[in-house]
Amino acid sequence: MKKKLLTTLLFLLAATLLQGTAHAADEVVTDTGTTSWMLTSTALVLLMIPGLAMFYGGLVRTKNVLGTMMHSFGAMVIIGVLWPMVGYSLSFGPGILGGFVGWDDNYFMLQGIDETIMSTNIPEYVFAMFQGKFAIITPALIAGAFAERVNFKGYAVFIALWSLLVYSPICHWVWAADGFLFNLGAAGAIDFAGGTVVHISSGVTALVAALYLGKRRAYPNNVMSPNNLVMTLIGAGLLWVGWFGFNAGSAIASNLATARALTVTQVAAASGAFAWMIIEIFHHGKATSLGVASGILAGLVAITPAAGVVQPSGALALGALAAVICYGAIMLKSKLGYDDSLDAFGVHGVGGIVGALALVFFIRPAWMADAAAKTIDKSWTMWDQLGVQATAVGVTIGYAAVVSLVLLFLVEKTIGLRISEDEEMSGLDHSMHGEQGYGLINLN
Amino acid sequence: MKLITAIIQPDRLDHVREALIQADITRITVSRVTGHGRQEDIELYRGQQIAPNLIPKIRLDIAVNDEFVDLTVDTIINSANHGLGEIGDGKIFITPLEECIRIRTKERGGKAI
Repeated sequence: MKKKLLTTLLFLLAATLLQGTAHAADEVVTDTGTTSWMLTSTALVLLMIPGLAMFYGGLVRTKNVLGTMMHSFGAMVIIGVLWPMVGYSLSFGPGILGGFVGWDDNYFMLQGIDETIMSTNIPEYVFAMFQGKFAIITPALIAGAFAERVNFKGYAVFIALWSLLVYSPICHWVWAADGFLFNLGAAGAIDFAGGTVVHISSGVTALVAALYLGKRRAYPNNVMSPNNLVMTLIGAGLLWVGWFGFNAGSAIASNLATARALTVTQVAAASGAFAWMIIEIFHHGKATSLGVASGILAGLVAITPAAGVVQPSGALALGALAAVICYGAIMLKSKLGYDDSLDAFGVHGVGGIVGALALVFFIRPAWMADAAAKTIDKSWTMWDQLGVQATAVGVTIGYAAVVSLVLLFLVEKTIGLRISEDEEMSGLDHSMHGEQGYGLINLN
Repeated sequence: MKLITAIIQPDRLDHVREALIQADITRITVSRVTGHGRQEDIELYRGQQIAPNLIPKIRLDIAVNDEFVDLTVDTIINSANHGLGEIGDGKIFITPLEECIRIRTKERGGKAI
């Protein structure tokens, strides 16, 4: 059996090599400039994961700091293993099962891309690793919703299944060249860097998970103060820095499109933080550091789908709009009483939806003209595009919510997701990992 | 007047606090302390199990008038107990309290508590 598998693998490898030789005549060459920027972007996006670990880790109580940071690092480890194995193939292979997911035997263990230079003039390894970082951060974002009360083993299994059954299909629909949302309407659903794929899918799953797992003990009656807002702010800073790779890298180029994405990313982040700060000053009389950090994130999330199509004025508007709506969503959460502990839905879900829908009002005219030129009757309005965007958002919300609920149910019934009250009260650090974040004296 | 000092496990703090508030005992001081009784705590350090000789605990200090001593003690015993019969649930010390002064009004004795 093992021998047979080996033979198959060798055969596949040989086939790829032959294929490579056959195309040698019209071979694309590596563009060192683009490749350098994409390598940098890949590293920047990876930096967002420790950034997220610090952002979330600082927001929980002292006894849960390591457990919460381990949710991000756990994703880095688990998806880091799954992605080269099957994730890349499921997401970016040619569509199978009627386009439900992708699959290409050649991509298993990335063995078929050893010599591939893509038409974007970068080695396919760089693209595969760049995309892998998105696959890592997406499930890590979900963890904010059920912080402080989730079993680590259950979480590990949940994100592994979620990555294969929710992330990869949605990624395939939106970003693969033959994905149905990629080809919807005149010029496809606009999702430049992951508004639907990353933020809406994880945000909606976060909401479902928060509702399914229930509240933490004594929420919202007892105060649950963040253990270290200093760390949260550093995390928010790292996320902002990393987001330049996330958005400006998503052009898979090093040119005008990259510069545009970088500029609007910067503008939207600042605008989101500024709007949040102003709202707080009027609402509470004081600007909080957590408010600024949340505003940065809201702005960055909203510009993610839009970074390829809007201009700086649009970025300014989207960032501010996202801050206003996310702020409202978090107010509403307190009224409704569900326990999305670190506002994974309130910021990523809501911000992602705002960005993916509202971007249509700020698309640069040149893009609209291109889209119109692709239609038969040469007309394409922002309302047409809004329909396309709403379809992409609706499909993502519906699919992520339903499949996540099934996965949550399965994991809860087999391995267990919600920890016992005693484990919750002694904290994830001790009960799940047998460690403490800050030494003995600081346990709360 | 008595000073009730209770050493409890950190994960029972919320339960004890809630129970004390229910029993109308609302004036308490809480500190994080370390120490150990007969209990040993196993931690992991790079795969090795280690038993640290000091364990995190919570210390409650509650000054009460004599008639509230039993209520306070019973409340703490009931809420700090894990109910598993295992060592480590903590201890309560009661010491006589000589004087109590409210700084703002300079009141002294039982009415200052």
